Amino acid sequence: MKSLSEQTIDPQELKRLTQEAERQATPSAGKIVWSEFKADRPALIALIIVVCFIVFVTIASFFINVSQMMNTNITAYLNRPLQDGYLLGADTGGRSIMKQLIVGSRNSIGIAIGLTLISSTWGVAWGLISGYYGGFVDWWMQRIYDFMMMLPMTMMIIVLVTIIHNYNAITLTLIFSCFYWLGTSRLIRSRTLAESKKDYVAASITSGTNSWKIIFREIMPNISSLIVVDTTLSFAENIGVETGLSYLGFGLPPKTPSLGTLIANANDPNNITQYWWTWLPAALEIIILCLAISYIGQVIRRSADASQRQAVGK
Amino acid sequence: MWKVILRRVLIMIPEIILLSILVFLLAKMMPGDPFTGSINPRAGTAEIHHLMRINGLYDPWYQQYWNWIVHLFHGNLGQSYQYHESVANLIGQRAENTLWLSLFTMVLTYLIALPMGMYAGRHEGKLPDTIIRIYTYVTYCIPFFVILVVGLWIFGYVLNWFPTTGSISATASGFSGTILSRFYHMLLPGLLGALFSTVNIVQYLRSEVIDAKRSDYVKTARAKGVPEKAIYRHHIFRNSLLPIAAFGGYSITGLLNGSIFTESIFSYPGMGLLFVNSISYRDYTVITALVLLFGILNLLGTLLSDIILGIVDPRIRIK
Repeated sequence: MKSLSEQTIDPQELKRLTQEAERQATPSAGKIVWSEFKADRPALIALIIVVCFIVFVTIASFFINVSQMMNTNITAYLNRPLQDGYLLGADTGGRSIMKQLIVGSRNSIGIAIGLTLISSTWGVAWGLISGYYGGFVDWWMQRIYDFMMMLPMTMMIIVLVTIIHNYNAITLTLIFSCFYWLGTSRLIRSRTLAESKKDYVAASITSGTNSWKIIFREIMPNISSLIVVDTTLSFAENIGVETGLSYLGFGLPPKTPSLGTLIANANDPNNITQYWWTWLPAALEIIILCLAISYIGQVIRRSADASQRQAVGK
Repeated sequence: MWKVILRRVLIMIPEIILLSILVFLLAKMMPGDPFTGSINPRAGTAEIHHLMRINGLYDPWYQQYWNWIVHLFHGNLGQSYQYHESVANLIGQRAENTLWLSLFTMVLTYLIALPMGMYAGRHEGKLPDTIIRIYTYVTYCIPFFVILVVGLWIFGYVLNWFPTTGSISATASGFSGTILSRFYHMLLPGLLGALFSTVNIVQYLRSEVIDAKRSDYVKTARAKGVPEKAIYRHHIFRNSLLPIAAFGGYSITGLLNGSIFTESIFSYPGMGLLFVNSISYRDYTVITALVLLFGILNLLGTLLSDIILGIVDPRIRIK
């Protein structure tokens, strides 16, 4: 104990006190998420699988000549797996399933990532503005939301895809993004409504802070954990969006492999009964990927909510 | 309450008008014409132009839209170019199939989800609750169409338990035979659809039960000596029933969206399959009618749910 007469603190002591304060302060969001992953072994494995898989398909697809891969090779007609060097066999056109799976995964995951980024950004901005301003602005934004909710989404996307002639992965992503921001915007709006009533927002308004600054620099960071969780979970959902439409034949063009077009091989009764390797790997891949990504999302959600954390005190 | 419903219905009118304009314009923008391929292949472009003209396809869009709306109010949805049948008839036949399948799926969903939600809430944190949570989590993340394809493969082709296409077998005869055959064809798509759409109801019911367990009215009932079983059945379940029923309206959107996949995968002749086929034939009249119909059904589903929720919770009524 130091006596009261010693008013000044020497630099050594100050440093020690600062370090102690930092140790006891709330850890950063990244640290919390990381410790949560470390506490949950399956989640860590899921994270590693997903990251490694995405990196693998991205790199591997650089070494695959897509147009050459999609050429028909009659000698390899429905090769069984492991026959003639075809690791997962070949489809009716003699095209290697393995290569299609790699390029298709890259395309499908790429579109899902693009869709998630665009639709989440739009949905977050929409929800924040609608929830913060309230009143007239909110009323109109909600009417637009209601109208969009009424539209039969899958049908509208199919109609739009048919109208646009030379579409590619980017136009497709944009079309999907027109419809998939709705859920995010609703969620963010309700949280923003609650957040805008808090004192810090009132204080900022009173002191004359710019509205945009309040929305994006003050409210948004405060609901960032919700945004991260929602984005991760919608990423898992969005994988199903493009693949589903490609499955129906309204997604990526036929010559572009996607996980959906691979599963569409199952539309042929011969394929689904005898030549399982033409479609089953893609189906299993989607199932595993979606489960793993949503599991990661659950872990992040848990770490955002202090009462549910499993890594407390570790 | 009536005022609220009236206002809610009035808001729907501009939405429906906007939807009809949007749908109409989109259909107009679709490439191709409906005649090439359906008439004598030797007919030249002149003949197609003639057909387009007499069918009014060269009029300005607002005039075509107006004609379409006027016909719509007379119950005339136009002729399908592909099926050579009036669209109203065509959709009527298919709508029946979709209606039965959707209804069947919905009933199964409730039958599966209600006991699960009650059970999970009652035994919160125990093993059955964990199992149910894992089940809802797994069914929630896997894309619906993948499940349908895998389910069709396992139960339809490998195990051969269920028929894989159509809504009725060609050999079915007699009243009971027809009904049984229809039921048999709906069983697999209905079961898969129901098993994979329980998540909302189960989670809602579970949290309701958990909240209710600690509420005063349940404590009172317990103190009066009401048996535990009766508390869950008559007190807690009754209270959560209406909000759960409100999910029914919202789930119409999901069922209709899902019908496009379900019916394509099981070749079940309903509206979803009709839509997919009409898109590939560029059958505008059918496409517009179906999109409009689906939109209106979505709207009615939401209306129904909002009304139910308004009855349950007066706070929702204020606007």
